[in-house]
This record gives sequence, structure tokens and C-alpha cells, in this order.
Amino acid sequence: MTTLLTQILAAGIGTVAFGAIFGVPTRYYPYCGVIGGAGWAVYVVLWQMLELWSEPYVVFFATMLVILLSRFFAVLERCPVTIFLISGILPLVPGAGIYWTSYYVVTNQLEEASRRGFLALKVAVAIVLGIVIVFEIPQGFFRAAVGAIAGKREKS
Amino acid sequence: MGEERADQREVLDVAMEAGHILLENGAEIFRVEETIDRICGHFGVESENAFVLSNGIFLTAGSSREKVFARVKHIPVRGAQLYRVAAVNQLSREIVEGRYDLPRIRERLEQIRTAPGKRPWVRVLMSGIGSGSFCLMFGGTVRDCLAAFAIGCLLYVYLLCVSGRCSKIVENIGGGMVITVLGIFLVRLPLGLDLSHIISGAIMPLVPGLAFTNGIRDIADGDYISGTVRMIDALLVFLSLAAGVGFTISIYHHLTGGIVL
Repeated sequence: MTTLLTQILAAGIGTVAFGAIFGVPTRYYPYCGVIGGAGWAVYVVLWQMLELWSEPYVVFFATMLVILLSRFFAVLERCPVTIFLISGILPLVPGAGIYWTSYYVVTNQLEEASRRGFLALKVAVAIVLGIVIVFEIPQGFFRAAVGAIAGKREKS
Repeated sequence: MGEERADQREVLDVAMEAGHILLENGAEIFRVEETIDRICGHFGVESENAFVLSNGIFLTAGSSREKVFARVKHIPVRGAQLYRVAAVNQLSREIVEGRYDLPRIRERLEQIRTAPGKRPWVRVLMSGIGSGSFCLMFGGTVRDCLAAFAIGCLLYVYLLCVSGRCSKIVENIGGGMVITVLGIFLVRLPLGLDLSHIISGAIMPLVPGLAFTNGIRDIADGDYISGTVRMIDALLVFLSLAAGVGFTISIYHHLTGGIVL
């Protein structure tokens, strides 16, 4: 459990750090952290803890959450969605896949190499599908969501 | 009449400048087009037509009532600074609300363009923190995390030294080699480190998240040319990184006679 929380926290901090390199304005750091952490939380809980589905499916759902949150915060803060999206998606990009694929290629374990390479490719395709599908949701949906939450806040 | 014409030229120049800042700093194609359209529309230039590619903007105007204007601007790909995208986006919103006249807009755009980013040492530190955190996230130990932090910092120093001096492919092959050499060096020390976690973390500052994400979104928006260019950009960086990492490991294996890492 502690490792799980540490990993999610690390995902949040890492996302903010890379956001800073991409020049995300300081006041948006908390949002970036939440998005990165939430994406990774979905990933570790579904894949490593519950062992549901295979990695590409899990990455697909995690990507969908990342994009949903990014679009929601973008409407809330009235700023371009790119700001949250680019650093938020980073934990899910198959960086480790690059290492393992090239490692198995040069050590001549070609079967392992192609398995790892195709897995990385499938994960990339899952990210693509996640992004494309969630961007099809009309902007009005997010405006309504932000409006509903802001409205509730005013009443209470 | 003469004054009106000068005015129209000014509007298109300002719109071009706004588009330039957006495109250079990692905005999507449709946002660049929309901003140019919005600024022109607000100042009553109706015949304007903008065609935006991932590294250039083509802007023309002209009809039976409006003077002909044409401008092409080549915009080389550079490191994105998203606060500039946010600032121009905010500015374009305020322009439409009618809060600015043209000289003021020009002034604001100049401010945004020259606004300093994070200082180099801060970015070096952030690269280290990002690498260390992602190493921990991938399941590395605290020691692995510290190693990835050190390599992430050194990697960014390398990037600051070479950026703009050599081609992107060479830069990324070199980057992959830098992290792998440093990683192997640290793993050889008797600290019980794990190379795969260290490299998975330290490779993150080089991973082309921006090109990849924007490429997908451009293609989804129907901007196929720009999307393809950005996807190829991302693919080349991925392949270069893999080549850099693989090459180093392979040399190491030859030197040591195949010690498993």
C-alpha cells in the first residue's frame, strides 16, 4: 500500500517537474500533479494490483481519465488544454519500453525484443485512441460540468 | 481610405505575430488558425485566409473591397514554452472583448515573446527531479531514484550544451548514450542498483511527449500534413533514443564479454 501511494505521489511530482521544463505557468502546477498522479493511479491499481485486462487496455483507460481531467481543468481555468495534457500524459508514454526493446535487440533475444516492441506499440496506439475518443466529447459537456460544480459551490 | 489600408496591414501583421508565438511554443494547428481568424475578424478584416503547417504560416487577404496582402513565415521547431501559449490565448480572448487597440496588442505580444522562461539551472534541477520521480514511479528503490536524479541533471546539462548545434537525431542518439553510460557506471558500483529502472526514469526528459500528443491531435483535427510531420518527429526521437541506448549496451557487452546487467 505504501509503495502504491509512493508511486502515485512520485508520478504527480514527476509530472509537475516535466511541466516546469515545458514552461507550464506556476499557478497550474497543482492541476498537473493531480492529472499525472490520477493517470498513474488508474494504471497501477487496474494492472498491478487487480491484474485486470492487459497493459494496453489499462493505459487506454488511464489516458481517458488524463484527457477528461485535462479538458475539465482547461475549461475551469479558461486556458489551452495543451498545458495540462502534455505533462499529464508523460507517465503513460512507454519510456521503459524503449529500454527493454533495445536491450533485447542488442543482446540478441529477438523474440523478447519483438514482444516488448509490439507491447510498446500497442500502448502507444491505446494512448492515441484514448486521446482521439475523449476529444470527440463536445466542449459543452465540460462547460456544463464546470458550471454544475461551480454552481454547487456557490449554494453551499 | 489610405489610413484604412494601413490599418488592415497592421491587423494582419499582429495576427501573424500572435500565430508565430503560438506555433513556436507548442500550440495545436487549429488553435493557431482560430487565433488568427479571431484577431482578424475582430478588427473587421473579412477576406483573411490562414494556412498553418507545423513549421510555417501562410496568411493572405484580399477581395474586391480589401487590399491584397500576402505573407509567408517560416517558423522552425523550437523548445516549447507553454506559458507563452497560455498568455497569447488569454490575450486573444481579451482582444475579442475589445479591451485593446493595435499598438497595445503589439506591445503585449512583444512582452510575451521576450518573457524569460525558467533559468537553465532550474530546468536542470527539474529534469533531475522528474527523472528521479519517474524512476520511483516505475518501481525503483530510493537508491535507484537518487541515481536517476543525478543522471537526469547531467543529461539536461548535456542537452543545454548540444541543443541547436547538431541535428535532432544525433542529439538524441547522444542523449541515449549519455544516460546509458552513466547508468552502467553507477550500476557497476557496489550499491545494488537496477539499470532498467534508472534508465526508464532518466530517459523521460528526452521522450517526445509534445510532438507525439500534438501529432495525434492534429491528425484527429484533420490537419494531416502537420500531424504526420509531428508524428515522424516523435518516431525519429524514439528510434534515436533506442539506438543510443542499444549501441552503448552492445559495446559494453563486447568489452566485458557479455556480462548480464
